[in-house]
Amino acid sequence: MLAEVKADRIRTSKDLEDVRARILQSRSSKLPCIVIPSGTCCQARGSSEVVESFQKEVEKHSLRDSIALRITGCGGFCQSEPNLIIYPEETYYQKVSPDDAEEVILETVLRGKVIDRLLYADPNTGERFTHLNEIPFFKKQQRLLLANNLQVDPTSIDDYLAANGYSALSKVLQEKTPDEVINEIKESGLRGRGGAGFPTGRKWELCRKARGDVKYVICNADEGDPGAYMDRSLLEGNPHSVIEGMIIGGYAIGAGEGFIYVRDEYPLAVKHCRLAIEKAREYGFLGNDILGSGFSFDIKISMGAGAFVCGEETALIASIQGERGIPRQRPPFPAKRGLWDRPTNINNVETWANVPLIMAKGASWYSKIGTEKSKGTKIFSLVGKINNTGLVEVPLGITLREIVYDIGGGIPNSKGFKAVQTGGPSGGCIPSSLLELPIDYESLTEAGSIMGSGGMIVMDENTCMVDIARYYINFLNDESCGKCLPCRKGTQRMLEILTDISEGKGEEGDIGLLEELALVIKDTSLCGLGQTAPNPVLSTIRYFQDEYEAHIKEKRCPAGVCKELISYYIEPEKCQACLICLRNCPVEAITGGKGLVHIIDQDKCIKCEACLDVCPPRFGAVTRLSGKKVPESVLQGTEVIRRRSGETDVNA
Amino acid sequence: MLTLRINGLDVRAEEWWSILETARFYGIEIPTFCYHDGLSAWGGCRLCVVEIGEGENTKLVSSCTYPVTEGLVVRTHSRRVTAARKLLVELLLSSCPSSKTIQDLAVKLNVQKVRFKVEHEDCVYCGLCVRICAEQMGAKAIGFVNRGGKLKITTPFDRTSEVCRRCGACMYVCPACQLRCQGTEPPGVVCGSCLSPEPTCLEFYPDLMCYMGAEGNCGTCVREPKRENIKKEVGECQ
Amino acid sequence: MIATKNGSNETLLSVLQDIQAKYGYLPEEKLIETAETLDMPLIDVYGVATFYKSFSLKPRGRHLVKVCLGTACHVRGANRIVEEIERKLAVRPGETSENGEFSLETVMCLGCCAIGPVVVIDGKYYGQVTPTKVESILRTIRGEIYAR
Repeated sequence: MLAEVKADRIRTSKDLEDVRARILQSRSSKLPCIVIPSGTCCQARGSSEVVESFQKEVEKHSLRDSIALRITGCGGFCQSEPNLIIYPEETYYQKVSPDDAEEVILETVLRGKVIDRLLYADPNTGERFTHLNEIPFFKKQQRLLLANNLQVDPTSIDDYLAANGYSALSKVLQEKTPDEVINEIKESGLRGRGGAGFPTGRKWELCRKARGDVKYVICNADEGDPGAYMDRSLLEGNPHSVIEGMIIGGYAIGAGEGFIYVRDEYPLAVKHCRLAIEKAREYGFLGNDILGSGFSFDIKISMGAGAFVCGEETALIASIQGERGIPRQRPPFPAKRGLWDRPTNINNVETWANVPLIMAKGASWYSKIGTEKSKGTKIFSLVGKINNTGLVEVPLGITLREIVYDIGGGIPNSKGFKAVQTGGPSGGCIPSSLLELPIDYESLTEAGSIMGSGGMIVMDENTCMVDIARYYINFLNDESCGKCLPCRKGTQRMLEILTDISEGKGEEGDIGLLEELALVIKDTSLCGLGQTAPNPVLSTIRYFQDEYEAHIKEKRCPAGVCKELISYYIEPEKCQACLICLRNCPVEAITGGKGLVHIIDQDKCIKCEACLDVCPPRFGAVTRLSGKKVPESVLQGTEVIRRRSGETDVNA
Repeated sequence: MLTLRINGLDVRAEEWWSILETARFYGIEIPTFCYHDGLSAWGGCRLCVVEIGEGENTKLVSSCTYPVTEGLVVRTHSRRVTAARKLLVELLLSSCPSSKTIQDLAVKLNVQKVRFKVEHEDCVYCGLCVRICAEQMGAKAIGFVNRGGKLKITTPFDRTSEVCRRCGACMYVCPACQLRCQGTEPPGVVCGSCLSPEPTCLEFYPDLMCYMGAEGNCGTCVREPKRENIKKEVGECQ
Repeated sequence: MIATKNGSNETLLSVLQDIQAKYGYLPEEKLIETAETLDMPLIDVYGVATFYKSFSLKPRGRHLVKVCLGTACHVRGANRIVEEIERKLAVRPGETSENGEFSLETVMCLGCCAIGPVVVIDGKYYGQVTPTKVESILRTIRGEIYAR
């Protein structure tokens, strides 16, 4: 890590610039820098071992003064982890192992030679790319926020200062009144990035105008949507950007205290936030009389305890107050009566992170990005059945096709694209017929989904939409706080119907009943969780009604997922009696022997699909059937038809 | 005081009133379930929903918790509201078919059948017992525990409470267990007998027994064969 | 550990989080003690303790196995992983094995969607788990246990 410049508490804006100048001076920009992203999922892929190995090699070759190593948060291209980027050229190496350290340092860093096998290769064309900005995944992105994740070590406030951090705060405190700040945010067109997309400037204004001397700002880092992890990356990778945003927000609204409510499933984010807050206090960005402005502000961390509903504003407030996370009716809105009954402004992590950017570069710059009603960039987590999994930051208005194919690299294993699910459990599915859809708040709502916090789960032909609807309703029924009847009981009844359909017990009229339930749950639920709970069901019925009908009328699951509707069968003409499936079956449901056709006992089969997974592709004897009866099995002891190699490829 | 419009009528209300209180003041009936005059408004049953707003931007809110505002436009029996209330009662009935309170509500709202699997819960989580124990008796012996599908109302650790004074208020106020449906219909079928009684008890007693405090517990009139001709034609549940 | 409105450092939730961190679960005596110290009705403390998933009222096993069932992991077959672990450890989600060694939990999204399906054992993350890999992961854990 680059050495920190010891600074006393910074008391004025001028001091801040002096400190910044000192930091920049102490770091020669000519020094090559190896950046190794090491967020939670990077570590899960082994980045910590890679970091250790590089550190050792640097020591070993006494290069501590000639090479800088920076450990950062998530860079976004998670598919390629563990990865590293060598600056200033921005050479991008993927799937790096600890053993590569010496070679990378000696060959690439010192001698400028590129190591081909570590370069990213396009999964469809095989073409290799050397520099970060050449890689298709990055090309169409506009990484206003994520790019900084690679510039700063989240445990170092000096890195943040070197990257111009806290300059927006300084400018605000020196030059702008709170009302001017609010106007700037309004003009920028920033909308809440947590899901609802409410205009942020207007939200701040409501809180500012509310009566009361004591006000609060809260950062909602509960990120409960399964499949979404943008907020985790921002908090782990660049916590100061969020802190700076909150201080500016506190100043604009007139709040003296802020809370970051983080879900407890994010231990690294909590750790980095705590550290960042301590450092910010040390340097004087938090506390009394910040930069001599007379404005005082501090931040506390409050941890969640495993409740999705606490992502809802009023439930979150209840949770911070130490109560059951039960939402309450609005009005009164938190802007008027929130935490401890005081005016409170709650915004999502990504919203806060956009604030310093807007204040530094101006609203007119920001409002040029995006569409007329949806300004700026949005970070999406592109996951599921997609080649290039990771976090993508794109200008709003980009089409779905560009995200899935140009950035995402398409669907793996040449499978067909089926749908993208956006907005988490509150959202819906966008089918392939809408690939040209621009991704913005209005278009998504019209299509039956929502922007949500940014989760984008790609699904292929082997994803069953009935199963997806059932999955989400099950999730919501489990996470429901239980207070109101339509959400608690309504989702339960929807779950019962969907389970019946997926088990082949669906009846004529089920779809109509689901729709009826959906409309009432949407209309009468107390909070956003219930009001949006039926969306996945309504959306899948809208675009994939044929799948529902196949389940109900033909007792068939077209995608081959619903267990009660599928069977596994070994085709006797293809089986080569290799014994592999027999040995891997966890319940010993396969009989057969050397040279004898393997037969699956349908009564014992638990549909785990292990046999399909392990049958050698050149035989391809195991098939999955749905909607039809399993063929009569051959007699036990039937011999296989031996095929010479080359002849077994019956699929050709 | 402020002015709002309910069902096309301009009415005046105090600033601290809820829509429900205002409607009741003017004699407009809104069905409720978890609401009780002496207790705080909970807003959990959603039966008291009304449609507020105008044109495209209307939404349903629970009238027991929504405060009146100047110029608010309220419709207490719109198409959306009526359809919603009907389904909500159907949900209640499918959970707790033996509650006379729910049965009567079902008849009033014209619920014809129950299309969901019938359960035999003895609690519908209206929270009245919790509120009366906390607010009127000051004991706080019971409360909500867990959440979602596993929600229940009980004492800490399901153990006999030390603070419970055995006052019986929770049982008194409970719509599920206090008044039992004595009808002979199978569960999941709307009974309706209590609301159109053909009292046969007068053959045995000098007074109509439901007026003598035996309401719901007498059962004489619902057990008699005469019930046949006023039973509604209903569908069978699963 | 006082929790009063505004101005104090601890709320009921953070008190319970501390107890959970220290004991691995929320013992009954500690909940009763908390109610007394904070001068709250016991039912309120109990209600909060049972509302949040990260609290456990029963002691957990010595090793905590968490399987992510977030949507991204779900479409990649996370259910089969849970079933495989259930079979191998003879324990169902939310329960602890008989010898008190393993507790199995399912979590709705750990935020590591790119490497799904994900299993976390004692804080160590395993990515791209398949039912066939479960065996070797468990063997490594057991190996580490016996090696100590």
